[in-house]
Amino acid sequence: MTVHNFYIFDRNGSCLHYSEWNRKKQAGISKDEEFKLMYGMLFSIRSFISKMSPLDMYPVCVCVGERERECVCVFSLTKLFRKDGFLAFQTSRYKLHYYETPTGIKLVMNTDLGVPNCRDTLQQIYSTLYVEYIVKNPLCVLGESLQSDLFNTKLDSFIRALPFFSVRAA
Amino acid sequence: MSRQSNRPTDSKKMNSELFTLTYGALVTQLCKDYENDEEVNKQLDKMGYNIGVRLIEDFLARSSVGRCHDFRETADVIAKVAFKMYLGITPSVTNWSPAGDEFSLILESNPLVDFVELPDNHNNLVYSNLLCGVLRGALEMVQMAVDVRFAQDTLRGDNVTEIRMKFIKRIEENMPAGDE
Repeated sequence: MTVHNFYIFDRNGSCLHYSEWNRKKQAGISKDEEFKLMYGMLFSIRSFISKMSPLDMYPVCVCVGERERECVCVFSLTKLFRKDGFLAFQTSRYKLHYYETPTGIKLVMNTDLGVPNCRDTLQQIYSTLYVEYIVKNPLCVLGESLQSDLFNTKLDSFIRALPFFSVRAA
Repeated sequence: MSRQSNRPTDSKKMNSELFTLTYGALVTQLCKDYENDEEVNKQLDKMGYNIGVRLIEDFLARSSVGRCHDFRETADVIAKVAFKMYLGITPSVTNWSPAGDEFSLILESNPLVDFVELPDNHNNLVYSNLLCGVLRGALEMVQMAVDVRFAQDTLRGDNVTEIRMKFIKRIEENMPAGDE
């Protein structure tokens, strides 16, 4: 199991943070373009889901396959996470986990398929790292790409310590 | 998978007098720096706003409150969760407008004014105006434009302290710019 990369977007679509660990394939476009593309997709998925959901504001987990037979849509109906909308999607090779706060901060993590729902992990990154080291640091300008070394270091060690971080032995 | 948060759920308790006195020193300094009360009110509101836009993140991280779907729910969360968490008081929510877009927070006690008496030459000073800014800033970050002001203030001889909140509009999320 492994974690590929991690993005934080603010509510205006700026990418506040990006880091990667085991990313074998690069997008082949500039990082700026990649962030825009990623955000645009997330934005569209959100509105797609809120329009297509047959039930009001229940969570929806979309599983998009890279080949046709893998296209599955799962609508999970747990009331626990009601109103949360988009949670994750997966293809044949990786899984994208998504967490959005009511203030519009979006945390996105790509992992391999073996990793279970990362909501708790993403929420923890938000509350113990983003809020602690960015929001509470008055010198960090909100809405700009994060320059805090402290945050970067803490995030890196947090991710590396995750039980599913290590690359599976070949 | 469910690693528990290391953060203690109970926030660190601080002596509230230190907070109250620091706030008092801030207002005093602003009164020296600016000539009229209106300007001081404005500065307090502005500072409060800057606090609010950050405080909301802390609040959401601590309370795990989700998105509110109407203004009544918002009012409840503000009074019962947020005021309790940060000021240790629970204001009552009253005086709803018929349309449900306006309500009042009645503060039995205002921790900011514990040691304050307003001198006669500061008739227009809204001593706790920082709170209005905080509320406005925090709600703006969760897509609510709200007008907040003090309607009554015990410092000015009213029986209670009343903060009036009026919902203006929902702030729509923008489509990212330059996205084709």
